[in-house]
Amino acid sequence: MKSARRLLKAHTGLVLLFLYLPILVLVVYSFNAAKLNVIWKGFTLEWYVRIWSDTGLTRSLQNSLIVALLTTGISVALGTTGAWLLFRYRYPAERLLQTLVFLPMIVPEVILGVSLLILFVVVHLELGFTTVIISHVTFCFPFVMAAVQARLVGMDPSLEEAALDLGATPLVAFRKVIVPYLMPAIVSGALMAFTLSLDDVIVTYFTASASSRTLPLEMFGRVKKGVDPSLNAISTVFIAATVLAVLTAQMFNRSGARMAHATLGEGKDS
Amino acid sequence: MDQPASKSEAADSSRRSPGLIGCLLLAPLLIWVVAFVVAPALIMLVYSFGEREVLGGVRLAFSLRSWSRVGDPIYLSILWKSVEYAGLTTLICVLVGYPVAFVVGRADERRRPMLLTLVMIPFWTSFLIRTYAWVTILKSRGLLNSVLMQLDWIGEPIEMMYTPFAVIIGLVYTFLPFMILPIYGSVEKLDPSLIEAALDLGAGPWRTFRRVILPLTMPGVSAGILLCFVPALGLYAVNDILGGGRVDMIGNVIENQFKGTARNWPFGAALGTALLAAFALAFWLTRRPDREARIGI
Repeated sequence: MKSARRLLKAHTGLVLLFLYLPILVLVVYSFNAAKLNVIWKGFTLEWYVRIWSDTGLTRSLQNSLIVALLTTGISVALGTTGAWLLFRYRYPAERLLQTLVFLPMIVPEVILGVSLLILFVVVHLELGFTTVIISHVTFCFPFVMAAVQARLVGMDPSLEEAALDLGATPLVAFRKVIVPYLMPAIVSGALMAFTLSLDDVIVTYFTASASSRTLPLEMFGRVKKGVDPSLNAISTVFIAATVLAVLTAQMFNRSGARMAHATLGEGKDS
Repeated sequence: MDQPASKSEAADSSRRSPGLIGCLLLAPLLIWVVAFVVAPALIMLVYSFGEREVLGGVRLAFSLRSWSRVGDPIYLSILWKSVEYAGLTTLICVLVGYPVAFVVGRADERRRPMLLTLVMIPFWTSFLIRTYAWVTILKSRGLLNSVLMQLDWIGEPIEMMYTPFAVIIGLVYTFLPFMILPIYGSVEKLDPSLIEAALDLGAGPWRTFRRVILPLTMPGVSAGILLCFVPALGLYAVNDILGGGRVDMIGNVIENQFKGTARNWPFGAALGTALLAAFALAFWLTRRPDREARIGI
């Protein structure tokens, strides 16, 4: 038993190494002075500086940020209200609706991209920012909704009742009681939506126009041509941002548990 | 006036019938799902029966031409190859990922969040970046070849890029976290006393695993398989980067019908619909109401 446990732990260590080594290599090489060689030629920040003079990268980064911000906003609105309504009311065909909402999370991206492309062509919606944002929201808001629903499961229903009994209208109760309670889940859902939107390649590939190219699309085009140190640099920036987002989301989820207890305690007191 | 009624109803269950306002509030979500999830799938189905026009346009019709091409041996063999790649990827992910999920799920409370975060970070890191990272390692004058040559294990660089090997590595690397996380979810819910009971009653570790642990964590494994296998079928970008277009997968064929040189939307729509149907089938098979896990020692 002991040796089996040790073997399992060693295996886990190796797998984590496998998961992180390539990322580490990428980060290290983003500081390597050598352009094409794998040999270390000294530390440089040149590739990071180059990002800023590379209009292809800066423009697509700008596009990506616009798309990701708007996508996150719409996803939070749709996902939070959707989760709350499905929690509070009993709708007909709820399970079907749930399945359809979560479908874009798991369906192969190429199908989502292709089917949306056909839709946009059929309704004569010209490809551009609108189509990219629509397609991103479609696969991002389910993540917000799932995060919020997970938190609603643990919610004490008397929380809303107490607010209503004390004379709050449903809207005020939602804004002043429910949303604060859900905030940790909303924040972590929003971070997920933002990251997913910022990272997406395949769906965007089908629904973007030349002028609404996002950074991952620009990178995809260049990656196919081979290694480029500027790509290492911008990838490193992205990895740093992702790590930060994941850690923040986790922090919110944990402090969320504490906040929940505090909120519920107050609710019971009043 | 109707307050007492609604209150007693609320006492029965906290969920009420929505009424007009509840329905109106749900409208945006409903419209979104119908317009951008249901409608595109239906239109894709309609397109798959269309006819391709000379300039790459589509004429709506009821033609089975695209569908009969889906059954063409060339495409069936590509489809089969994709299934092989995706299947092998999924198998490796289960074998490699299960023990990791087990260790993380059964780690003590203090270390678990850290281990979980370590698995989460690659899960959230762009697969494009993670795939690209392998290019530096696998290319002919890349890191792996340099190290192997330094060690004098090989004289000449081995061609690793643009091979099935590279594609499988890239796919496993992309999907491994998608396998670990759902299995972790099941392992965490596992009641440790069941394992102890099995061991106390004289079942060896292997038997305990096979008869108790594995059946109870099967929902996580099937969710992981679903999250790996089907997306792996369609993820053509990994194949584009590490396979260099020399390894044909069904995702690449679909992509080529819409954006590439082939330009045959009805055929692409037929392939897309077929893949969607395969997905629905896999979904249905893994999500069937969980039979109560039978435990027998």
